[in-house]
Amino acid sequence: MAEITYRQALKDAMSEEIERDENVVIIGEEVAQYNGAYKVTEGMLAKYGEKRIVDAPISEAGFIGMGIGASMLGIRPVMELMFWSFAYVAWDQIINNAASVRYMSGGLINVPIVIRGPANGGTSVGATHSHTPENFIANTPGLKVVCPATAYDAKGLMKAAIRDNDPVYVMESTVLYGIAGEVPEEDYIIPIGKADIKREGADVSLIAHSRPVITCLKAAQILKDEHDIDCEVVDLRSIRPLDEDTIIESVKKTGRAVLVEENKPFCGVDAQIAYLIQSRAFDYLDAPIQRISAIDAPAIYSPPLEKLQLPEVDVVVKKVLELF
Amino acid sequence: MSSKAKPSPRKSKKSDAVDLAKEAKLPINKDLSDDQKIDFLRQMVRIRRFEERSLRVYQQGKIGGFLHLYIGQESVVMGCASLMGDDDHLITTYRDHGHALSVGMTMNECMAELQGKATGCSKGKGGSMHYFAPDKNFWGGHGIVGGQTPLGAGIAYALKYKGIKGSCMCFLGDGAINQGAFHESLNLAALWDLPVIFIIENNGYSMGTSQERSSAFPEGGLAARAEGYNIEWDSISGESIYAVRDGVNKAIERAHNESRPTVLEIHTYRYQGHSIADANHKKYRTKEEIEDYRQTRDPINIYRLHLMEAGILTEEASKQIDTEARAEAEASAQFADDSPYPQPEAITEDVYWSVDNDDQTTSQGTHFFND
Repeated sequence: MAEITYRQALKDAMSEEIERDENVVIIGEEVAQYNGAYKVTEGMLAKYGEKRIVDAPISEAGFIGMGIGASMLGIRPVMELMFWSFAYVAWDQIINNAASVRYMSGGLINVPIVIRGPANGGTSVGATHSHTPENFIANTPGLKVVCPATAYDAKGLMKAAIRDNDPVYVMESTVLYGIAGEVPEEDYIIPIGKADIKREGADVSLIAHSRPVITCLKAAQILKDEHDIDCEVVDLRSIRPLDEDTIIESVKKTGRAVLVEENKPFCGVDAQIAYLIQSRAFDYLDAPIQRISAIDAPAIYSPPLEKLQLPEVDVVVKKVLELF
Repeated sequence: MSSKAKPSPRKSKKSDAVDLAKEAKLPINKDLSDDQKIDFLRQMVRIRRFEERSLRVYQQGKIGGFLHLYIGQESVVMGCASLMGDDDHLITTYRDHGHALSVGMTMNECMAELQGKATGCSKGKGGSMHYFAPDKNFWGGHGIVGGQTPLGAGIAYALKYKGIKGSCMCFLGDGAINQGAFHESLNLAALWDLPVIFIIENNGYSMGTSQERSSAFPEGGLAARAEGYNIEWDSISGESIYAVRDGVNKAIERAHNESRPTVLEIHTYRYQGHSIADANHKKYRTKEEIEDYRQTRDPINIYRLHLMEAGILTEEASKQIDTEARAEAEASAQFADDSPYPQPEAITEDVYWSVDNDDQTTSQGTHFFND
């Protein structure tokens, strides 16, 4: 199987969907002539032309709202946010309009829109550019949010998102864009709402999404090699809908859970996961559920300190060792 | 700075006094049949009687939340809706009852929606502010001031993308023109040649704040702000349904033939408060002001009088229209009373397409977290 980068996987997914469905259109800042701020859409303008690949002005509330309106009439816009951190200037459109139109119309209207872009810290871009708003999105019924960690998942989830009839928000990671992984040639999708066991293990479940999945895999290897602790790594992939069964089965098997995310702790995604585990697997737990989140402050600029603020491998290793 | 900007005018001026006899001869109006003209009256009267009846239902405590009445503004939407072809679409604010009825939604489904009944147009899930009828090219009913303006641009974008010669009439109030989303929509509409018509229904007050206290604008009025985006604009008296039709028709033709946007300011007036919960509405304006509109500028009265003077409408026919509209409104109130509330299960229906159509989707997992 060929190895391609996470970035290429996203581009392949969008390209294949553009070719499959004439209603798919890519809209965003610098996606066309500039070839994408992070080169995710590189070469697509040349290949598909300006009707399908559209440069938007810096006007997120305007063009995201416009995409929502167009999707009500059956267009399938894939809107790029240069950073998910920029979503807040379009919050009314993203949260209020996209999530509510179907409900308020009694199911008469669908909003098949995709909004995608990076949502991660770790690149020294400061507090305004380092947000991970998956918890806000997941708190909003009507919206779906996925956070792929690998090239394979990025492609399969992006294709599923574009084909989905509900609004699906795809949160990527600039740190992962250059990381390669095996991706098959043939057409495939990954069902939204399906978690993935990235590493099987018997002693403790490390449950994560997005880049922390990669962090957990590295920590799991160290824990195996140096401490003979056998970690299972559960990649949520989709936050809402959530694959509760896979989480619960894993915790029932291992009896221990460490939840790792880049989100802030208060009302973060893992607060919900912790509730879920105590609710459905309390009797199987051999130790209290542990959480590792970003340190609870705005994203610091200073590069070495930002490394400390985010969940790194050594922190995960240390937290797991505390359970044994 | 060496140059000094001119001070902004305080009040967006109304256009000249209306002259329906003259406006009836304008190209868009001159071929109207008597039946069509009478039907415009009938539809406006239906909107008013529906809303008057809904006010009573509200006062009986059967309607929750807000009730934003359109009484006094009926000629605006009726003029616009009377021009809609198969590919012309409409989206508006929370003051949406007139828009809904004018595109052909029934009083029954609208009144039932006000009462939160399962037979409402949105199954009781939207309420007064959120009526929808996509089968009639009506895309809501939106609660956040200015929030619908990018959606309106998007509807126009979809039409253009599909190669359809149509338009989207996107209504907003004078209070919405200061929202960023509106300006972003204007820029996109001009930049991308979108066939959208932004129709500012200027009723003089953004909730309790008069237009003089809320908006800065150039000499020509609120729509003249469109100059800054190189968009054509016009200022129209909403008292005359004929004048509305004339101005809006030019904008529709521009949308159809040139795929260009237009901004229209239509001067109008609401007799009721911002919503029925607005107990202050006689404090931020005088009783005399309201009465003056009712007596001398009411768009339905002006039009009814014109039809009678033109020999198109008799007193009896006028009374019959009124009687029928009252009866229809009364029946809708009864229909709403007799209708059931939605079942509790309805709370989590119509949230996700993939949940409501789980046999047709690959999406899986837990969508709701109520356990």
